[in-house]
Amino acid sequence: MLEDGTAFAGAAVGAPGVAAGEACFTTAMAGYEEAVTDPSYVEQVLCFAYPLVGNYGVDAARMESERVQCEGVVMRTSRPAWAAWLREQGVVALKDVDTRALVRRIRDRGVLRCAIGEASVAELHARALAEPPIDGRPLRRAVGTSEPYALGEGPRVTLLDHGNKRSIPRRLAKAGVEVLVVPGGWDAEAILETRPRAVLVGNGPGDPSVLSGAVETVRDLLGRVPLYGICLGHQLLGLALGHETFKLPFGHRGANHPVLDRDAGRVLVTSQNHGYAVAADDDSLVSHVSLNDGTVEGLAGDGFASVQFHPEAAPGPLDALPFFDRLAQACHAVPTFARS
Amino acid sequence: MPRRTDLRSILIVGSGPIRIGQAAEFDYSGAQACRALRREGYRVVLVNSNPATIMTDPGWADATYLEPLDAETLAEVIAVERPEALLPTLGGQTALNLAVELVETGVLDRYGVELLAADVAAIRRAEDRLAFRETMLAAGLAVPESRVVRTVEDAAGFPLPAIVRPAFTLGGTGGGVAETAAALRHHVERGLAASPVGQVLVERFLGGWQEHELEVMCDAAGNCVVVCSIENLDPMGIHTGDSWTVAPQQTLPDGEYQRLREAAFACARAVGVATGGANVQFAYEPARGELCLIEMNPRVSRSSALASKATGFPIAKLAALLAVGYTLDELPNDITGKTTAAFEPALDYVAVKAPRFDFAKFPGTEPLLGSEMRAVGEALGLGRTFPEAFLKALQGREDAPGAVDLSRLGEPVPERWDVYLEAARRELDLPGIHPYFAEELRSIAVAERELAETGEVARAKRFGFPDETIARVLGVDEADVRRRRPLPGRLAVDSCAAEFEAETPYFYLSYEAADDFGPRERESVVVLGAGPNRIGQGIEFDYCCVHAAQAFRALGYDAVLQNSNPETVSTDYDTSDRLYLEPVTLERVLDVTALERPVGVAVGFGGQTPLRLARALAEAGVPLLGDPLPAIDGAEDRARFATVLGELGLRAPAWGDAAGGEEALALAERIGYPVLVRPHHVLGGRGMRIVRGPDELDLDGAALVDEFVEGALELDVDCLCDGDDAWVAAILEHVEPVGVHSGDSACVLPAPSVTEALEAEIRAAASALAGALRIRGFLNLQLALRGDELFVLEANPRASRTVPFVAKATGVPLVEHACRLLLGASLEELAMPERALPSRAWAKEAVFPGERFPEAAKRGPEMRSTGEVMAGGETVGEAYARALRAAGRARRGGRRGPPLQRARASR
Repeated sequence: MLEDGTAFAGAAVGAPGVAAGEACFTTAMAGYEEAVTDPSYVEQVLCFAYPLVGNYGVDAARMESERVQCEGVVMRTSRPAWAAWLREQGVVALKDVDTRALVRRIRDRGVLRCAIGEASVAELHARALAEPPIDGRPLRRAVGTSEPYALGEGPRVTLLDHGNKRSIPRRLAKAGVEVLVVPGGWDAEAILETRPRAVLVGNGPGDPSVLSGAVETVRDLLGRVPLYGICLGHQLLGLALGHETFKLPFGHRGANHPVLDRDAGRVLVTSQNHGYAVAADDDSLVSHVSLNDGTVEGLAGDGFASVQFHPEAAPGPLDALPFFDRLAQACHAVPTFARS
Repeated sequence: MPRRTDLRSILIVGSGPIRIGQAAEFDYSGAQACRALRREGYRVVLVNSNPATIMTDPGWADATYLEPLDAETLAEVIAVERPEALLPTLGGQTALNLAVELVETGVLDRYGVELLAADVAAIRRAEDRLAFRETMLAAGLAVPESRVVRTVEDAAGFPLPAIVRPAFTLGGTGGGVAETAAALRHHVERGLAASPVGQVLVERFLGGWQEHELEVMCDAAGNCVVVCSIENLDPMGIHTGDSWTVAPQQTLPDGEYQRLREAAFACARAVGVATGGANVQFAYEPARGELCLIEMNPRVSRSSALASKATGFPIAKLAALLAVGYTLDELPNDITGKTTAAFEPALDYVAVKAPRFDFAKFPGTEPLLGSEMRAVGEALGLGRTFPEAFLKALQGREDAPGAVDLSRLGEPVPERWDVYLEAARRELDLPGIHPYFAEELRSIAVAERELAETGEVARAKRFGFPDETIARVLGVDEADVRRRRPLPGRLAVDSCAAEFEAETPYFYLSYEAADDFGPRERESVVVLGAGPNRIGQGIEFDYCCVHAAQAFRALGYDAVLQNSNPETVSTDYDTSDRLYLEPVTLERVLDVTALERPVGVAVGFGGQTPLRLARALAEAGVPLLGDPLPAIDGAEDRARFATVLGELGLRAPAWGDAAGGEEALALAERIGYPVLVRPHHVLGGRGMRIVRGPDELDLDGAALVDEFVEGALELDVDCLCDGDDAWVAAILEHVEPVGVHSGDSACVLPAPSVTEALEAEIRAAASALAGALRIRGFLNLQLALRGDELFVLEANPRASRTVPFVAKATGVPLVEHACRLLLGASLEELAMPERALPSRAWAKEAVFPGERFPEAAKRGPEMRSTGEVMAGGETVGEAYARALRAAGRARRGGRRGPPLQRARASR
């Protein structure tokens, strides 16, 4: 049930009850476990545009965090083992939904609040309307680690965790650095005390413009340590640089988003999951643009580089993986003391 | 980079006659490329020997040569046309091999012709088995253990089972899997003979591994995208052309899929694909996650056509544009009109391809599938669920076996998936397929049982059942099911899972809310396609459908096409105003017509497939153009046809209908031997044979027995009719005598044996028949001439196999005229000339799959050829000699053909 009163019939296959959130869709055709466990989907209900979900079973090794993060899942068809797992995870899920019609609706109307589950249409509609819009407020559920932890060996990169996918520290560590993952709430001084060669701000859910503390932290770090950002981290960097962020009509979510790397003159097919974008008034800092709608997909300047898409993929193409290599190389090249 | 301005003229080489492994898909890709390059302002020179192709029509290239595809001829064309570049990647293996030959013989150098899209070194790295292996290993990519072999002895001792793959051959010709040392010797011998370079690769056989294909596009800037992933439902060991496939891939977790994607790019880069499409094939072992590269084609392929139709991404068109310097991000995605071609399509449906076989034509060949391709065509089914797509493909084949033999479960028989489905219904284990596909088949069986219990038709439709299945399960007739169910919605194949609005009207039907698609401004005409290619119903009919669509468009209607064949030009979204990729079955035609409400449906262009539906469509109230029923009945019902002929005073061979063997013997006695015996209403003369005495006449079941007009000449006559009168477009004379199926006969135009008096007699006969049967549109007559006696063998009130040949030879746009006649025009209004004069002497010769089916090359009453070639000359003899050469039957160095000539533009 969408907030505008449009109802879609489906059959409940997940946990009992009703779930509500912002309805969004992904066009990725595989990687369902990765998608639902991506913390960027907090307070969202995820609709799979691809109609067959769960074909190759479930493997916890493919999870991008410790639990399913989206509030609910909407599908056209669902394999039994996958549905059973969603039930176990306590996630409300629907199958047999005309997901193409739902995607069209979201495309034409923009993201909408919704409620799904076994309840009357009136009840669900009320639930959808009761759901506060995701914009302009902090989210109710905090994600991201509460304790620092490290993985990998080499020069240290401190990763600010606002709810990042596991693949980010994994891929980064694989590129030959030690990744120290710290809670997203840490301030600049605390972060610098970890003596990082570089700081990476990862992805996470919600409206970036309300995360003033996080923006402040990034602003404090700018110029003091090489700074990198992915997704939400990119948006925070944009805000710290004085740009604004705005909400996209229905977001970029999928594994086929073409991005032009302006320096290299090359196209990267990227994995994306974002509902907001940076409005950059200074074009010279824009390193990547979306070939679909021309929005900013990356920023680069003296001492910082960030991308709106997900170089760690999971799910999606690995075209942008060299992002981590470049980050790691920079760490090997730059001695710690130079910038601190 | 913008397009190159240093090139003006580009030579495109087609793929020649339709053969197994190299079929209509190269007409589709070549036609797309011609159109794209001409729109960019290049002069396009085209060489192809296949008359049934759209690309060889006037208007597709600036200069078209209907000439043999050999290096010598191409060198002559190059000498005359002086193109700056040759684009070899759109004409299949034939064009690629010719390009290599032209480089090796120094022709391209001599004339300063640049090879576009791939250099010879890259072609070699992809095609030469040893070079490919070394290239892949150097790039760090796994390939199966293998040995390159030039003599039978070289192969001795290779660990078994092994697969033998000859270098530079088509569709796995000459290859095979060897389980024993003796079999290995045998396959190596055959493979060495089949390979033009006398080289085969003996490779570890990865039987039972999954097989995956990726369709890759690369541009000159180094950008690479995967247009489509294709997963074979059948494991390694069954040629991918013979496998059922599904797109996108279904069973690989994303991480594993990305491994394939990375490896595909690494492979394309290592081989050195400069620009354009490439197809990369993998074997994958899921338990250990082991991945092996099997093969790559540095060109547009059969899979590219499939991928284009499955996703809406026009691979061939883009390959052509990338070859002249554009990069992917500079080219628009036609489908959305807003985004660029630098992306990877996201699907929100499933595309299942079913191969179509014709083993019944070759009783001497055991119907088993292996590493050599045997399929003659394919049907694509699009659906929102796997069962929906699978069952559409199953129907789209138009070849459902009556009963299946469950003892063959899991074996590589052509009806393999029908057996699996039946086994799933009986709750048997389904060996040899991925658990996911087994689960989907079981879900079909479960849903059938639920349907039987609940009778919920709407639910069954949404699950994906065709009306036919529902009718069978519920024990009602199809019309009942139809009354009890809603109409399906029209969904766009939009390449983006509805993320952007689609601008191209390319649809499939499913039981979901329909996509909005602007209001219609014109009335529509539905042209029904011919379904999958098969022997007896090939690309010629697609040619007619494409022309019909264009003609109706030009006449002010919205042309709507319905077809299930992904290889064709008719299923290109640019061909019609609206395209429905759906099986040409009663159910789907009724759905399309219910949605379209056309002024009429054209059933006469797609061969027997739509013609067979005519009566049922008319009974359901669908308006048929040209009121074809009287003509269909009159021509197909032998008794009525004989009566009509009798009334008109036309001679026909004596005949009779025999219910069984006894009756047939008596009949044959009365008619006199030899007789022609055939089962009723068959396509391409299946099961037909000549019987010379009672001892040869063993028959079970009913058959037609005809007098065999021994030693007669056979004539093929193509006419246009307006319900009263007929206009003869051409009288073709067969080179082979009566008794050889007309589709397998070589024929020539003008007919040397037809005198003026005989021509007048034939014209009179055609007009009389047209009037008597009230035929509108096309009429094809098959006549026999013995002495001065003319016999009418057959009348077909539809476009015939020879229409493209005649249209090309005479320059008369026959299909366009036929469309006007169908809409009610009279011959008088068309102001046809007294007679159509061929531009020169022309000949057509058939091409047989003799390399796969040993008995195929023997011509008889049963049609066995897969394709044809056309050539011209000053005299009929010259034209025929050149056609023989184009068919590969006259050796090079033999008699040189006449000076080559550009096909005359005909509009």
